[in-house]
Amino acid sequence: MNRAGTDGNGQPKIGVYVCHCGTNIAATVDVEAVAEYAATLPGVAVAKTYKYMCSDPGQELIKADIQAGGLDRVVVAACSPSLHEATFRRATAAGGINPYYFHMVSIRELDSWVHTDVVEATAKAKDLIRAAVHRVRFHKPLERSRVDINPAVMVVGGGIAGIHAALTLANAGKHVYLVEREPSIGGHMAQFDKTFPTLDCAACILTPKMTDVGSHPNITLWTMAEVDKVDGYVGNYKVKVRHKPRFIIEDACVGCMECIEVCVFRRGKTPDEFNLGLSMRKPIYIPFPQAVPQVVVIDQESCIEFRTGRCKKTCVEVCADRNAIDFTQTETFDEVEVGAIVLATGFKTFDPRRAPAYGYGVYDNVYTSMEVERLVNASGPTEGHVTLRDGRTPQTVGIVHCVGSRDVNSNVYCSRVCCMYSLKLAHLLKEKTGAEVYNFYIDIRAPGKGMEEFYNRVAEEGVHFIRGKVADVYPEAGNTGRVVLQAEDTLMSRVRKIPVDMVVLATGLEAQVDAEEVRRTFNITCGGGGFFMERHPKLAPVSTFTDGIFLAGACQGPKDIPDTVAQAGAAAAEALALVDKGFVEMEPNTAYVVTEECSGCKTCIPLCPYTAITRVDGKAQINPVLCKGCGTCVAACPSGSIRQNLFEDEEIYEEILGVLADA
Amino acid sequence: MPEPTETPPAVGADDWEPKIVAFFCNWCTYLAADLAGTSRMKYASNTRVIRVMCSGRVDPQFVLEALAHGADGVLIGGCHPGDCHYQSGNYKALRRFRLLKRMLIGLGVEEERIRLEWISAAEADKLRDVINEMAAQVKALGPAHLETPPEDWAAGFEVEAEAEVEGVTV
Repeated sequence: MNRAGTDGNGQPKIGVYVCHCGTNIAATVDVEAVAEYAATLPGVAVAKTYKYMCSDPGQELIKADIQAGGLDRVVVAACSPSLHEATFRRATAAGGINPYYFHMVSIRELDSWVHTDVVEATAKAKDLIRAAVHRVRFHKPLERSRVDINPAVMVVGGGIAGIHAALTLANAGKHVYLVEREPSIGGHMAQFDKTFPTLDCAACILTPKMTDVGSHPNITLWTMAEVDKVDGYVGNYKVKVRHKPRFIIEDACVGCMECIEVCVFRRGKTPDEFNLGLSMRKPIYIPFPQAVPQVVVIDQESCIEFRTGRCKKTCVEVCADRNAIDFTQTETFDEVEVGAIVLATGFKTFDPRRAPAYGYGVYDNVYTSMEVERLVNASGPTEGHVTLRDGRTPQTVGIVHCVGSRDVNSNVYCSRVCCMYSLKLAHLLKEKTGAEVYNFYIDIRAPGKGMEEFYNRVAEEGVHFIRGKVADVYPEAGNTGRVVLQAEDTLMSRVRKIPVDMVVLATGLEAQVDAEEVRRTFNITCGGGGFFMERHPKLAPVSTFTDGIFLAGACQGPKDIPDTVAQAGAAAAEALALVDKGFVEMEPNTAYVVTEECSGCKTCIPLCPYTAITRVDGKAQINPVLCKGCGTCVAACPSGSIRQNLFEDEEIYEEILGVLADA
Repeated sequence: MPEPTETPPAVGADDWEPKIVAFFCNWCTYLAADLAGTSRMKYASNTRVIRVMCSGRVDPQFVLEALAHGADGVLIGGCHPGDCHYQSGNYKALRRFRLLKRMLIGLGVEEERIRLEWISAAEADKLRDVINEMAAQVKALGPAHLETPPEDWAAGFEVEAEAEVEGVTV
């Protein structure tokens, strides 16, 4: 170990600044007492408190004290370093000294917000500040290094979020790789009929954007593709993409769909994924008429040629010299380099079979909201006629809100969109069938532009609202084909039993099934409910903890189309701001070798996950470009000859001594 | 190192609070602590967190140093296996931790005093529970007193020396 005997810098002059953060800190930590105490610590020249250290006057305080008071070390005790470390480093630099002569102490997240006892919280703040004062004496001046950035960006997920992000970036002149695992882009939005609260048709907004993606010179669109592996770091990611076989040569297919026509299957026998099984498709199909790319796909599971090898292959015949069908296709891989990645992997809807009281999958006329989207859609399986599975047109409809949302048995969070889409479906069902529509709700949540107005409009149209959670769905006596919805009407304080022809379950939004795998692939974090976690909900809502990876749309949390598009634009802008700069500055927390002290034992070499360490002339050598600053080699070096900037042994030892020394 | 001036409190004394030094990795456990803060969760106030970039940076010497300077317990927090921001630093931390723990137990340090936990950035509740549990456990054990060698610490050497003279292996 290498405990330094002196700081090698004479006696430093340390400034300690304790933030009130309004009352966030000051209500639990006696900031004045803490500052008074800090002033008594060795080396501390000034110790001050200020209401908001991060504000301009707060930062000015630091600058002025460095300039006038000759401070050469700065400690700020405030919020988490993940919030304002960069801010105060800048202030320190603006004062005229190296920004790394600064250390930040969290006395908000780590103290005032998690404790209630003022005496205890104040004592803790003193300990933490003492540790910082001990540590900062050993700080060295450091420089951030610059690394060139690859200007291309990858967007993962081709729903409205991915589409909007890709187009924004491509229009800015950046090359975009858009990776979508389905045979077409479009995502959930392509399945919707109309969108709340304006009731404009989803396809009319979405399909032009899809076409733009398909024809944009700056976009490489890969459908039926998934990201297999991500290597590298911000500015220089290497992404391996797996292409699943489509059994169609994309460039050769013109989308004439004659092959579908002549398929030996006269009629489709496979439930159509796009129509949620409400119609059947053939083994060779196009997901939906407006699909981008306009390229058919063969489903290996149901295709006779794949199952028996003895099909007449009428599809190949009709394709003739275009020769687009290729039964021998296998998985292929592409490897591309990009500077930033936007994740827009979307959501899945709650499977109401998990809430058996609602009778989904038991009673034919219980539908999910997505199924109803297809039923009311003019290009849907019934061409927009709302026809039940038993052939009738519903005269009464019950819409059950919060299925899989706000429920301790499934998801505790509100899915944000269900109230509004339920109102939209209520309006559309009433418009198309004249049915009486009953909404069973817990609370109607209609925040946002035009939403409350839309709620009022639908209510005025005569849609019924019953404030109560549906407890049971059971068949009406007498074989009428209807089911009864039973709920306690909490406004009337009585139990209501309403027979309806059709039940619509307003299913909530959940994280994708494989969100966990995707999270690992991209080295990011999942938060509550399995949705990807943003770096900071307010300061960095589209960033992640991994630099250069951004989030857009419902993969970050349930949200509606306007919010998704806004977020996708933000993610694209953040990615653009990163790659357009041309270089990225790396945190200088890399490890380095004190060559004279290295014994050449090679312990460190296999420990480095980035192969940044090599042995040159019998001594370890660290490539600072490859080192990411984890410090694993530092902790392992038997001779203590590997050090880590910002996390030097003596800095950490001083912190240990600092927190443990008595106040 | 200040000499203890007061009589050490009795084991499990109610007015005594243990001092626990925690090393949290920057990407998972430190963020869990941030999240616990923004979620206004409440937990025992006697843990002092030192941030490192990765649990793999935690040199066993840090743990020994903390114990030698009056810590009653040391907690190390890292990312879950497979989730390390640096791919494998947490595995290295685990390896070292197991060896260190075995050694400390051999030296008579109660095993509850050192703990390694995988706490992801989303697991603020786990962070709170681990800190509370450890604080209670270490409090029940009483002060570690590893900063002051026991009065008879040299006696062992004498026995050993005598045994050597007599040709007995101790």
